[in-house]
Amino acid sequence: MTTIHIDHTSRWFGNVVAVNDVTMTVGPGVTGLLGPNGAGKSTLINMMGGFLAPSTGTVKLDGEQIWRNESVYKNIGIVPEREAMYDFLTGREFVVANAELHGLGAREAGQALATVEMEYAQDRKIQTYSKGMRQRVKMASALVHNPSVLLLDEPFNGMDPRQRMQLMDLLRRMGAEGRTVLFSSHILEEVEQLASHIEVIVAGRHAASGDFRKIRRLMTDRPHRYLIRSSDDRALAAALIADPSTAGIEVDLKEGALRIQAVDFGRFTTLLPRVAKANGIRLLTVSPSDESLESVFSYLVAA
Amino acid sequence: MYNPTVARLTYRALLGRRRAAILFVLPALLIVISVAVRSFSGADDQVTADLLGSFALATMVPLIGVIAGAGAIGPEIDDGSIVYLLAKPVKRSTIICTKLIVAIAVTMAFSAIPTLIAGFILNGNGQQIAIAYTVAALVASIAYAAVFLLLGTVTRHAVVFGLVYALVWESLFGSLVPGARTLSVQQWSLALAQRIGENGVISSDVGLPLAVILLVGVTAAATWYAGQKLRTLKLAGEE
Repeated sequence: MTTIHIDHTSRWFGNVVAVNDVTMTVGPGVTGLLGPNGAGKSTLINMMGGFLAPSTGTVKLDGEQIWRNESVYKNIGIVPEREAMYDFLTGREFVVANAELHGLGAREAGQALATVEMEYAQDRKIQTYSKGMRQRVKMASALVHNPSVLLLDEPFNGMDPRQRMQLMDLLRRMGAEGRTVLFSSHILEEVEQLASHIEVIVAGRHAASGDFRKIRRLMTDRPHRYLIRSSDDRALAAALIADPSTAGIEVDLKEGALRIQAVDFGRFTTLLPRVAKANGIRLLTVSPSDESLESVFSYLVAA
Repeated sequence: MYNPTVARLTYRALLGRRRAAILFVLPALLIVISVAVRSFSGADDQVTADLLGSFALATMVPLIGVIAGAGAIGPEIDDGSIVYLLAKPVKRSTIICTKLIVAIAVTMAFSAIPTLIAGFILNGNGQQIAIAYTVAALVASIAYAAVFLLLGTVTRHAVVFGLVYALVWESLFGSLVPGARTLSVQQWSLALAQRIGENGVISSDVGLPLAVILLVGVTAAATWYAGQKLRTLKLAGEE
């Protein structure tokens, strides 16, 4: 059982606050660190990985300070976001070197390469690898000493769907084995598919924490705005406002469209086509006007 | 204080880069010049001392020191791959010491050995000139490697600063401002060469005891500080 405790931790760079008074506990299983780009996810992971000192607060692994403490790396495996990784070595040489730095050898390196299914390309130079292959060799280098904690910064970036699925399977397996696996991502679907527990970071703040159903509900239960054009805007507006899922409708004469605010996302999305069909109205445009991830996140922060 | 894996990675990174070509070009140039000088003007002690002093010790040794010293760690910090060394239960001071040993070995191999060969070509080690400059190059290799390794941990422009130091401070400033010569690795190593060379063909502006103290002090201080820098190296900032 290995647990990371982050206690009232902040980190700033000059005048910019990257992480703002975050307190969280990351325990065994797969945890997703979700947030838009620039939210402070990498800063937080870098503090958990011992590459950055907290400006205030503490980051500990089972009660032991992580910063300036090389011995924690016996228990931590890190998969950095950056690509660079001794490109002049072959995949096998790279993983063997990582094993040796842990006091291990070629046997453990071979096992790690087998775990990520990279044996077929292990004797090729890393510079010839695709993004997904690099990611897997990075995984192998992080797994070589069988760590109880695995930290991954945006591991799915640039991977194709098949590679993504393979890595997800692997991480799920790691989590099921009782390891503490933490990965960051800015894509909700990614986190939802993999993580049993989600921590949401927005603008350096810890915005939400819980299982994916709770987070999903928080995200979908906010008011949604739609821009709708139809064959008869006013008739459609009249029919929609009768239902409690709709909170407000504006007839935008200049645009020739309706601006609708829905409060119950699930109900509204099934209501709209039904109402249109019942009234013989043709829907020409249905477009969500605030579906950007940033707006979803900013709603979460305000909530 | 020495980790063979770190050493292997450092050697391969140093000698595998395009920059490494300079490591071969400069010594080759020295040998070619030496052969040319010997065949045109015969063996001459003063010419030998001048060539080894101005080209080998004043230019080649610091340049190779910059490539090897800064190159032993700078690029890894720059591209972030040093993370794979840092995220290991290996003391940061061990990483620095290992990289220093590699940088010293590479600088010595590519500067002191060619200096010895060139000295023998030029005047067959007459007046002990070849040996004297080789010893100076060996000693200077240690100090340069340490200073430029530190520079590599401090700034991503280590090579530029290193070149400015080697070419402007050691060569130009030293010849204009006499005091600057006291603070010059080249002069410290020359103090040793002066003791070995016969009949005063080699001279230094710094006395031997002071030179030894400064060489040891600068090497030790630079190595210690580089270790400290690595312990608190921040790899974040970009998101």
